[in-house]
Amino acid sequence: MKIKIIKIFTCIVIVFIIGILFFGLNKDSIYNTKGLEGSNIRNIKLDHLTKNEIISEKDFTKKGFTLINFWASWCGPCLIEHPFLIKLNDEPSLQIIGVNFKDKKENALKFLDVNGNPYDLLAKDEFGKYSINFGIYGIPESILIDENFIILKKFIGPISDKDYIFIKKIIKNS
Amino acid sequence: MLSNIGNSILFLNLSLSLLIIYFAFQELKKNQNFINKKIYYISLTQSTLIIVCFFTLIAGFLTSDFSISAVYQNSHSLKPILYKVSGTWGNHEGSLLLWVIILTVFSFLFLVTNKKHLKKYRVYTLITQNVLIIGFLFFILFNSNPFDVIIPTPKEGLGLNPILQDPALAIHPPLLYLGFVGSSIYFSAAIASLLTNYSNSNFAVSIKNWVLISWSFQTVGILTGSIWAYYELGWGGFWFWDPVENASLLPWFAMTALIHSLIVLEKRRQLYFWVIILCLLTFSLSVLGTFLVRSGILNSVHTFANDPSRGIYILIFLSLMILGSVSILFKKFKSNNYNLNYNSKENFILVNNWFMIFYLFTVFIGTIYPIFTEVFYSNKISVGPPFYNTVIIPFVILFLFLMAIGPKVKWIKDNFYNLKINFIILFGAVFINFFIFFFFKSYSLLSNLILISSIFLIISTTRDSINLLKNKEFNLSRIMAHFSFGLLILFIGLNYNFSSEKDFNLKVGEVKKFEDFSIKFQDLNLKELKNYKAVIGTFEIDDYKDNAKLFLSPQIRIYENPNTLTYEASIRSGLLKDFYITMSNIDRSEYYNIKFQKKPFMIWIWISVILISLSGFLRFFKYENKNY
Repeated sequence: MKIKIIKIFTCIVIVFIIGILFFGLNKDSIYNTKGLEGSNIRNIKLDHLTKNEIISEKDFTKKGFTLINFWASWCGPCLIEHPFLIKLNDEPSLQIIGVNFKDKKENALKFLDVNGNPYDLLAKDEFGKYSINFGIYGIPESILIDENFIILKKFIGPISDKDYIFIKKIIKNS
Repeated sequence: MLSNIGNSILFLNLSLSLLIIYFAFQELKKNQNFINKKIYYISLTQSTLIIVCFFTLIAGFLTSDFSISAVYQNSHSLKPILYKVSGTWGNHEGSLLLWVIILTVFSFLFLVTNKKHLKKYRVYTLITQNVLIIGFLFFILFNSNPFDVIIPTPKEGLGLNPILQDPALAIHPPLLYLGFVGSSIYFSAAIASLLTNYSNSNFAVSIKNWVLISWSFQTVGILTGSIWAYYELGWGGFWFWDPVENASLLPWFAMTALIHSLIVLEKRRQLYFWVIILCLLTFSLSVLGTFLVRSGILNSVHTFANDPSRGIYILIFLSLMILGSVSILFKKFKSNNYNLNYNSKENFILVNNWFMIFYLFTVFIGTIYPIFTEVFYSNKISVGPPFYNTVIIPFVILFLFLMAIGPKVKWIKDNFYNLKINFIILFGAVFINFFIFFFFKSYSLLSNLILISSIFLIISTTRDSINLLKNKEFNLSRIMAHFSFGLLILFIGLNYNFSSEKDFNLKVGEVKKFEDFSIKFQDLNLKELKNYKAVIGTFEIDDYKDNAKLFLSPQIRIYENPNTLTYEASIRSGLLKDFYITMSNIDRSEYYNIKFQKKPFMIWIWISVILISLSGFLRFFKYENKNY
């Protein structure tokens, strides 16, 4: 009898642990930046990639949306999302700001030369320090904000088909 | 081309495993007492092929064949040769190949080295091991194939993460894997033992060396990881209770418990089911560790490679493995009453096992808890050093005392004739501790107890070795392991209490004075090296107390492939203490942030762990007393 209880108990513990691991795995909140959505970005200060000037809030469009995209020439997945960014560039009420992350200027410019330049404004973050303020932990990542600098959505990883449609929808509905 | 060779070998090995399982079942029907030569040959071919397969991948890395995805993602044509080679296992896919190599080669070696044992038992071990091999080959082929082809072939690779370009880390994975994956063979053996009722001494003898080997490698593997963290991560510590470090420690606890209880099984034919449980637990924890690291379920310094789809696969594999083995265990389990005298060697070994399981449980809870809170409360928390230190340290004190006394107790039953001598040793340990306490620096009660207990263990084992030398009953490996474990805890204690640390900002030409030191920022140079640029600072450190002067030059490295900034600590290691400086740039300022640390006895912490693992190798090579 005692043995039976121990056996049942062991099984329950094992199933419980595996269950937790399983649900833990399916929660993509591991890098949860959902908390950021709905919050406000302020005090934006970024160095311009080519010019010796600083990009701040006043450079953002007063009407419509801004997509801040973090990318680098050495980042493979950035190539995957690039065509979507180029397509999004046609949207009149969407401004795209590219933050070149831990990259060399010449490599970055070459990348844009070859693959096209979807960005309305180009900033750089040579040492990856400013990006931390945006909650970036890897690239590519993108943040969609409205004219009041409120974060509508954060995209982790390359912008996909779904994300593209999502952005289009948001712009259309406004 | 290379990718075709690699893929074909993987598929071939998959079929060879199936073939082995088929022939093995045929073998079970036959009555003869030896295993058919055919099976040996297939197993040998399988081992040779998987090694060839691994060299194919190495060749891909050496020739910078970027059509292979693993090479493209982890290598770069300008990388030094050492890191091209180590890049082979410095990534998820390549390291899985290393997994399968160890699974396969160990399977073959177990088959050939255990000819004296029962045939059925060997055959079932072979079958179980091949089931594991098939599981991992499937994983490689259909989820994490290092030989995936990229079309069109990229001109250049993405490069290996610079913090992985380090000699200690180049050898870290193979060593750790020998431990981690090596434990698979006694997992299989345990299943076979349950299925064939091949138990007690014979079973213990057949797996003893495998446990020793995997334990020793696991120990060195953890050590190299720790050395890497100390030199490379620039935090000035050697153990951070990071989930991934914990993942390597969990099977280590189980193995350590197993090494001890195996002695009881071998000499006294007791604790059979407990040994089986530990065998199953060790490999399950190894796979669990792999799951935690590779699935990205936990945030950690090591999550440079993770992907949830891998997680699902490993989790399913792990669940099947655990549920399968547990159901076999339950079917065969017979409850035994162990009548152990409380003052007997058996009992002390059992106590060692309780402690190990307690540590294991604590670390397990600490590691898993963040996942638990996330699932139930969507709360992101991380369990840090305070938890582990508070729970574990008090028990280490008691553990060290028992570790000193236990080995001298006789089998079956002993009496308390040696109480007096233990009190004398205790008195000596207390005296030495207070000597350090009064003449050097005072520290907390807990630290006092840690030092006393570790000194007690050191004196005790030293005395044992002298006594045993006289009686010619010298068990070097046991004494060395316990002695160096005492050293390890002693030096960790001293290191913890006598470290000093200072954080400040300096610019070139400035001097900072504090305590007994003055630190001068002499100059700053830019150097271009093969695969990175380095900003090198030179610091002159005056140590007034020891009247010594030394120069340290920490670096900020700028790697291009991939583009990353790393901060290299500059460390001067000495017999008594290490000096440790890191610098980091402050934006738009000529000032640099300097972190200076004095870390006493670091080198002795490494040496103690090396001695611990050596003791395992020593026993493996049988420099031991057979009658022990």
